[in-house]
Amino acid sequence: MIRWRNGAAALAALTVGMASQAFAGTGQPSPWQFGMQTPVTESAIFLNAMHDGVNVVIALISLFVLALLLIVIFRFNEKSNPVPSKTTHHTGLEIAWTLIPALILVGISIPSFRLLKMQIELPQADITVKAVGHQWYWSYEYPQDQGGGFGYDSYMLSPDDAKKANQPNLLAVDNELVLPAGKTVVVQVVGQDVIHNFAIPSFGVRMDAVPGRLNQIWFKTDVEGIYYGQCSRLCGANHAFMPIAVRIVSPEKYAAWLVEAKKKYAEIDANPVQVAAE
Amino acid sequence: MANAAADHAHGHDSHADHPTGWRRWVMSTNHKDIGTMYLIFAIVAGLVGGFLSIMMRLELQEPGLQYFSNPQTYNVFVTGHGLIMVFFVVMPAVIGGYGNWFVPLMIGAPDMAFPRMNNISFWLLPAALSLLLISLFVEGAPGSNGFGGGWTVYPPLSVAGHPGPALDFGILSLHLAGASSILGAINFITTILNMRAPGMTMHKMPLFAWALLVTAFLLLLSLPVLAGAITMLLTDRNFGTSFFDPTNGGDPILYQHLFWFFGHPEVYIMILPGFGIVSHIISTFSKKPIFGYLGMAYAMVAIGAVGFIVWAHHMYTAGLSLNTQRYFVFATMVIAVPTGVKIFSWIATMWGGSIRFSAAMHWAVGFIFLFTVGGVTGVVLSNAGLDRNLHNTYYVVAHFHYVLSLGAVFSIFAAWYYWFPKMFGRIIPEWIGKLHFWVAFVGANVLFFPMHFTGLAGMPRHYVDYPEAFAGWNKISSFGSYIFAFSLLIFFFGIYKAFSSSARAANSPWGEGATTLEWTLTSPPPYHQFETLPHISGGDH
Repeated sequence: MIRWRNGAAALAALTVGMASQAFAGTGQPSPWQFGMQTPVTESAIFLNAMHDGVNVVIALISLFVLALLLIVIFRFNEKSNPVPSKTTHHTGLEIAWTLIPALILVGISIPSFRLLKMQIELPQADITVKAVGHQWYWSYEYPQDQGGGFGYDSYMLSPDDAKKANQPNLLAVDNELVLPAGKTVVVQVVGQDVIHNFAIPSFGVRMDAVPGRLNQIWFKTDVEGIYYGQCSRLCGANHAFMPIAVRIVSPEKYAAWLVEAKKKYAEIDANPVQVAAE
Repeated sequence: MANAAADHAHGHDSHADHPTGWRRWVMSTNHKDIGTMYLIFAIVAGLVGGFLSIMMRLELQEPGLQYFSNPQTYNVFVTGHGLIMVFFVVMPAVIGGYGNWFVPLMIGAPDMAFPRMNNISFWLLPAALSLLLISLFVEGAPGSNGFGGGWTVYPPLSVAGHPGPALDFGILSLHLAGASSILGAINFITTILNMRAPGMTMHKMPLFAWALLVTAFLLLLSLPVLAGAITMLLTDRNFGTSFFDPTNGGDPILYQHLFWFFGHPEVYIMILPGFGIVSHIISTFSKKPIFGYLGMAYAMVAIGAVGFIVWAHHMYTAGLSLNTQRYFVFATMVIAVPTGVKIFSWIATMWGGSIRFSAAMHWAVGFIFLFTVGGVTGVVLSNAGLDRNLHNTYYVVAHFHYVLSLGAVFSIFAAWYYWFPKMFGRIIPEWIGKLHFWVAFVGANVLFFPMHFTGLAGMPRHYVDYPEAFAGWNKISSFGSYIFAFSLLIFFFGIYKAFSSSARAANSPWGEGATTLEWTLTSPPPYHQFETLPHISGGDH
């Protein structure tokens, strides 16, 4: 039955793909990737682990249904079984296929609620920054009392500039959000004009940037590097062209960057709006 | 199903003096003619919606901008594709088309309860579609035509972001389409509750009629909320109100709650009639009554009822509180249980059967598997914690196309090959229906399965262009869409063959397994059926 082979192969590929993170990129997607990007925060690691588990469960359920259908196709076709049975009830079976899925769902819900709590309940922040979504760029603000008191805009790099910077096209930006490793960061997310969405897959964070509403997310990672995300709420013409890039550096480098950035960006209000790099 | 003890052996059509020419169609009050018009309408709208999606896949076949030099135009295509497929293809096909045709036939009624209202229900739709198509060609966002804010029409993008009149046309289009559906829903509820043949109790009623009854209630209760929400948008846009404008004390999130209070029942509106269709096809070709009839009927009722209290699972990233998200995770997972009951009951119906793998049965069995795949990814997405990395990615696109494009649309084609001989008295050669199935099955899976991978890797929806890393899977998806588009040529070839051949369908071409009342009539049925109402005997299920 060619019909089923396609689905089965794809499902098998999905399962295998999930189990190995070999293809997954760090901070960015990789070609022919099957699973999620490599997680670098506690909640993202939990998220990925839970997804790997749930993915096995749903793959097994799909394969179970597929197996039942194949049995039906081969055993109960006109040729193999010319006289149909008239069974239309089986109380035991009906109770089983109500209760067993319910129990599976209860099983899934236990880690699910733990993960949700971890994501939503904000820990004490070491650093708080603000991310504001605009059509079509992000701006970031660092508060005064944490050595900041400045803000700047972050635009996507043009393809040429991205190539020069040796960074991925459509993900690289001119001014990254710079943050220290090993510190709990709370990001206040808000939209300036329409709703945008601040998402970083490797951190397991995704939050709508809604005008008039202060949403908050948190993350903490020890892994230095650059992590990309993309606006994830349709926000108009250049929705696909306002990426997010976070550079995680050592606390020492961060302190040095703060001093430098403070000079560079001066005061928030004094910062003139930049023209898009493209 | 119930036995018809009625005397409708008299095949002659005593009311043959029906209107002819354009009057028969434009002024039609006949449920079968109106059903046919709905089906033709859905096919035409499907070609438009399909064209939009093929353009999207052409653009996404390679990274970079190939066909849409203005990215906003791509957003307009995405929006148009969604709205057309939901409101002008799937709903007209399953509710207006098959519902109109077969609810009266299956419950032994001469027509719908309100035949004239049925007429206006249909004729509102071409007007609504015209408005939507006009909206594509008038200014929306500054400097470009059409509304490109997605089928959900979230403010502020749909207010401040699109000052041109395009969305006003869109809103009025949805008002008309909504009014059409509300009138249709009233008609179905009245027909099903009042016009069942003598002896046909609710618990003897065919599952397709049950499906349409639940669907009609969902329409009746959810569409007024959409109408209210988009009216508030309209006044925000044009008359200075600020329901959704935070700078004047409004709240954009309020719109999302209102929209999804409609939007989530809407997805069940699209799939429940398919559940009914598949139940009949599985039962007919297995030559067995449906397994666990009551469980099947009440699973649909449960899905419909719970469908009203899960809406905010579309809003996990809006900034909802922990407890709110907990509730919506829990409530959403509950829906998987009655859905599982349906899947297993269909398999149990086939179990022990003597299955004839007709074209319609191919589509129905394909539906069960693909709907399962779409259903289990729904369980993944129901977990707010996991949705954190999947919301608004292609994983969601894959999920809802598995349940809609491969679920609802497969049920539409299943019904087409099942009921075509009854509706038109003609025969589509079985091999054409099967070939159509195989090509569509392969095409749709090649199209939508890779979207799980790009979604997991983080590719967001509504993107006209994407980083190089996503290129591989996107190319495969695009090829899949071309295969699926090719399958439609086979579909039309089947219609051509049916109408160019002299072969005529028997009254009950599918044999002993087809036990519902429509198969007791001629093919096609007389212009007015059941002049003597059939009497239904036999016990409840």
